[in-house]
Amino acid sequence: MTNIFIIARKEIQEGLRNRWVLATTLLLAALALTLTFLGSAPTGNIGASALDVVIVSLSSLSIFLVPLIALLISHDAIVGEMERGTMLLLLSYPVGRWQVIAGKFAGHLAILAFATLLGYGAAAVALAATGADIDRSSFGAFASMILSSILLGAVFIAIGYLVSVLVRERGTAGGIAIGVWLLYVLIYDMALLGLLVVDQGRIISGGVLDALLLANPTDAYRLLNLSSGNVGALSGMGGVAENAALSPATLVGALLVWVAVPLSAAALVFSRREL
Amino acid sequence: MVETVQVSNVAKSYGAVQAVREISCVFREGETIALVGHNGAGKTTLIKLMLGLVKPTAGTVRVLGEDPAAGQFEARRRLGYLPENVSFNMALTGRETLAFYARLKRVPVETTGALLERVGLGGAADRRVGTYSKGMRQRLGLSQALLGQPRVLLLDEPTTGLDPALRRSFYDIVAELRAGGATVLLSSHALTELEGRADRVVIVDRGVKIADGTLDDLRRIARLPTRIRLTLAGEVVSAADDWARAGGWRRVNGRQLEIDAEPGEKVAVLRRVAEPGAPVADFDVIPPTLDELYAHFLEARGRGE
Repeated sequence: MTNIFIIARKEIQEGLRNRWVLATTLLLAALALTLTFLGSAPTGNIGASALDVVIVSLSSLSIFLVPLIALLISHDAIVGEMERGTMLLLLSYPVGRWQVIAGKFAGHLAILAFATLLGYGAAAVALAATGADIDRSSFGAFASMILSSILLGAVFIAIGYLVSVLVRERGTAGGIAIGVWLLYVLIYDMALLGLLVVDQGRIISGGVLDALLLANPTDAYRLLNLSSGNVGALSGMGGVAENAALSPATLVGALLVWVAVPLSAAALVFSRREL
Repeated sequence: MVETVQVSNVAKSYGAVQAVREISCVFREGETIALVGHNGAGKTTLIKLMLGLVKPTAGTVRVLGEDPAAGQFEARRRLGYLPENVSFNMALTGRETLAFYARLKRVPVETTGALLERVGLGGAADRRVGTYSKGMRQRLGLSQALLGQPRVLLLDEPTTGLDPALRRSFYDIVAELRAGGATVLLSSHALTELEGRADRVVIVDRGVKIADGTLDDLRRIARLPTRIRLTLAGEVVSAADDWARAGGWRRVNGRQLEIDAEPGEKVAVLRRVAEPGAPVADFDVIPPTLDELYAHFLEARGRGE
């Protein structure tokens, strides 16, 4: 346990030193604030809570941005240290290889959580400061949006590690990471949509659709944030959500599995790898 | 003496490449061992086997009573390792880097300041490692290897990039550790530098140990000639001719002669050189260097195949 903490601490220290933390936080805060003020202008007074609007636009943004940031931090984590030669020394210390993975994961997740919390939190605070009318349920939805964004980040950090332990060169890891991002964020949904249109409901039942939605962590995230209550009506995801029999608990569970499986696979591959 | 490292019948192959074919050796407390061999002879693989970073294909390795690849970490706390071309994260300072490694070894972080002073990094401790020169990085590498009074030190090409002054202070540190009962394994190309510093020399070539013993042992086995060089007194050029004719002597210049004396005839040659009335102003006895010994053993193996 101590070793995990020591390694996580060093990752955070490095993140602070090479400005990763600063850059990520500023980026998320800038985008969140922009969306908050630009996005709330056109709604006027049509009854939608200002914060709900922000949730819809921010979670749409998160689907693109959070996996990208997570993969950027994580794809280099193992293969980069191998290539620079620092991993050899680290593994000669009394540290288990799974502890190296777990420690890096904890550190990177802390960096991402900090940036998300601060960046998106700034949007909520700014909105509250302008005196917008916000009810309590919207605040709850906003908090769960932040937490699930962090969870989405955790998924892609874990996937990034798996990529990082499987390849021999940093360049390869970078290429695969971009591929993973394109697949889950853009291609998968387009392909799924095309499939549904072609199929016209003949073969693909609700159950299959649920499985297909859970098979992509970004879809699980989307359903979790864009389908509940007022937000669902706003985002147009309510329709999908009504047909899909997926409770928030199932979706969170799916995301947790999406963290656990790649992370354990990464630890397993890493422990077998010869230096 | 207590055996700290036992390597028995170890082989290691990476796919089709046999990095280590068959090596057995035992290192004891208070010994300084020079591990000598070409690039790719299997030195680094042997060190990685002792660290447990790779598992042997055959044979067993035990370090401080543990199998290093088994995932037990008690032994690793008493182990210092300096990799060849050591590198660190560029963003952190020397002090932060050393503190990180100290925490992993459960060594009090307060002691790292003294260690940095000892390797001559006291002034640069709070600068980022990215600004360090190669020699400074090597010193930082050495300081992390010295954390927690290691019982076994595995140093892979430790003095590359160190200037002569630092090289000397490095060997002073090694001597101190040896006096404290540590086993120090130095792998190196710079053989002449190890002379007088290593108790034992292990020569490996293409994954096989081809020689193992003290320098004197190896000299005896190799039976390499000792070079004796003498300077003649005055301007007795004719005397030089006499000597040269007497057998074996080569002229170096007008006043200097040289002979390669076999171990058996060395004493006889020296007697002649030192006898009363011999026109000799000065003479030097140059035993075969580690470089020559190394070349000899490699050639012997080449012929044996």
